[in-house]
Amino acid sequence: MNEAGRFEVYDEHEGQGGHGGEDPYEKGERESGAANASRGADGMSSGNGDDRHPTPESGPDLPPRIPLPRASVEDTGRPLPDLRAQDLAAPAPPPSAPLVLEHRVLKALLGAWALAACSPEETAAVEEHLGDCGACADEARRLREAVGLLHPAESLDLDPSLRTRVLAGCLERRPPRIPVPEWATPYDAETARLDALLQDFGDAEWHAPVRLRWFEKDEPTSRRTTVAGVIAHLLTVDGLVAIALGLKDPMGDVAADRPTPSARTEAYWRASHYPPTRAVRAPWREQSHDLVRTVSFTGGGTGKLSVPYGDFELPLHDAMLDRAFECWVHAEDIAEAVDYPYEPPSGGDLHQMVDLAARMLPTVLSARRRVGLAAPSPGPHRHLVPAGEPGRSLRLEIEGSGGGEWLIPLDSPGAVGSADHEVAHIALDGGEFCRLAAGHVSPTEAAAGQVGDREAIRDVLFAAASLSRM
Amino acid sequence: MAKKDAPPRWDRKMQQRLARGEAAALGEFYDRFASLVHGLAHTVLGDERAADHLTRDVFAHVWEHPDTYDPKQGPLRSWVAALTHRLAVQRLRATETAALVQAGGQGSTEELERKVRHASVAARADYIVQSMPVPLRAALELAYFQRRDYRQTAVDLGVTEDEARRRLRLGLQLLSTAHDAGAAPGAPPGYGGAV
Repeated sequence: MNEAGRFEVYDEHEGQGGHGGEDPYEKGERESGAANASRGADGMSSGNGDDRHPTPESGPDLPPRIPLPRASVEDTGRPLPDLRAQDLAAPAPPPSAPLVLEHRVLKALLGAWALAACSPEETAAVEEHLGDCGACADEARRLREAVGLLHPAESLDLDPSLRTRVLAGCLERRPPRIPVPEWATPYDAETARLDALLQDFGDAEWHAPVRLRWFEKDEPTSRRTTVAGVIAHLLTVDGLVAIALGLKDPMGDVAADRPTPSARTEAYWRASHYPPTRAVRAPWREQSHDLVRTVSFTGGGTGKLSVPYGDFELPLHDAMLDRAFECWVHAEDIAEAVDYPYEPPSGGDLHQMVDLAARMLPTVLSARRRVGLAAPSPGPHRHLVPAGEPGRSLRLEIEGSGGGEWLIPLDSPGAVGSADHEVAHIALDGGEFCRLAAGHVSPTEAAAGQVGDREAIRDVLFAAASLSRM
Repeated sequence: MAKKDAPPRWDRKMQQRLARGEAAALGEFYDRFASLVHGLAHTVLGDERAADHLTRDVFAHVWEHPDTYDPKQGPLRSWVAALTHRLAVQRLRATETAALVQAGGQGSTEELERKVRHASVAARADYIVQSMPVPLRAALELAYFQRRDYRQTAVDLGVTEDEARRRLRLGLQLLSTAHDAGAAPGAPPGYGGAV
């Protein structure tokens, strides 16, 4: 039984004492000519005690609020009642004759009356009745008081940082037996933040256009979608981690040509007949909760587990950081599309994300060098620095909350960054670095303080931009 | 919006996971109930920071004592609401008493009790509105917030005028139970399984 049904019992129970056959109000209505007059000549029976149509009916094509019942009669095109005759019959003709309704009808009107949602005639009739009927007067008072309890819902935009603080407070009081690994907490926090942003979205927001932007072959690229399309994108790409963990692939039966983030997303978008709707939120959120839960159980020993992205692989903990980063970047895309403010991640989380990018740079640099996109190593260290040896390095200084310094080995992913071999230094704000790595700002325009080897700086900035993808 | 369709199974599993000490479960629990807890706390305490503090207390209480919830007694949601209500009223009483002492006899305990009662009713009312069947809430929203009369409400909802009147009355009847305090000890009315 549905819940509304359950309350019906309450109503019937309430009404039991109300409409006996000897109900004086019912009787009064039957005998009242004035009631007939005010109902007009719309052919409604008023004497059968049927309370289904106790009041003037407004046709569906009429203006909704009808100040005087007569107006509706005129608009229906039916014959007007003989008003003059009835006016003559009434002792003191009021502008509109008072409604006289039976008790049952008046009682059913109490809710609407308490909310001031009746016609003036009905309001007058109810109020007249309240003077005579103790039971209705009691209920009327109760319902009026209840109206006083209504107030506009305050926008309950919880401070997103409250989640982090509340959870930290709990875990301090009772240390968890199964903690969320440190490398999964940024994903946990970012998905929660994005979900909170989506909380109050209506259809207009869900279908607001969003342009995804990234760098491909060192050129800015973009793809148009909607807010719901972005969530679908996150769902399908997070799905790569889900698959690696043995969870269900959110793509279901949809087959992608290649297991890459963009191929999966495009296939998912193509497969639905309609553009994605808000319905995509629940599976996305459920999957993100499942991922956090599952990685908690895999414990610290995840060295072997890696997540294939099609063209490359990432160890599980890096994949979770990557997904946290993507979640934040796309949350910003969404926030921008609907003109909401959106804060950067907490300092600790941002630091982990920057660290991932900094750790990926040497590999990306060497791959770019192989295809001629980065300058070959100059000087005596022309060839690969032996693994584990210090090599030519660029100092990456990230300012602001979550910042820090990283020494990026330039000539080999196996080399160790070294202050003694520092050839260049770039300094930029954490948010700016992330926008660069997200492909939202061009490497030539990134606001970065630069000192030293210009070629090395250019290579690193372009390599950072090439980390971006759809 | 309330996730009313959550099966009791979810409640049971959540309790087990919390008892097991699974931090991920705590996060999920927060995601589901934080706005409920914070909203009620804010209604009772009338202050953002106090509501933040109480939210922390409620979640800490649940995390430290997950066994105090008995799934047989009703939905987790109602239990969380009742717990929040109890702690918030406790907090309000404590801060108001302290203020009373500090004011040195200005104001009376009677006033204090009235204030506590008022806050308590307001919190129950908010919970009732959030938890009532969607058709009733939709009718109240149209009639009260959008100032539609019941005929317009009927048209907007695609129901008969009779049904619109019925929903408005039922909605207010439900809401009026917010005033019925002290029916069941430990479980403030309005947080029962009925709503």
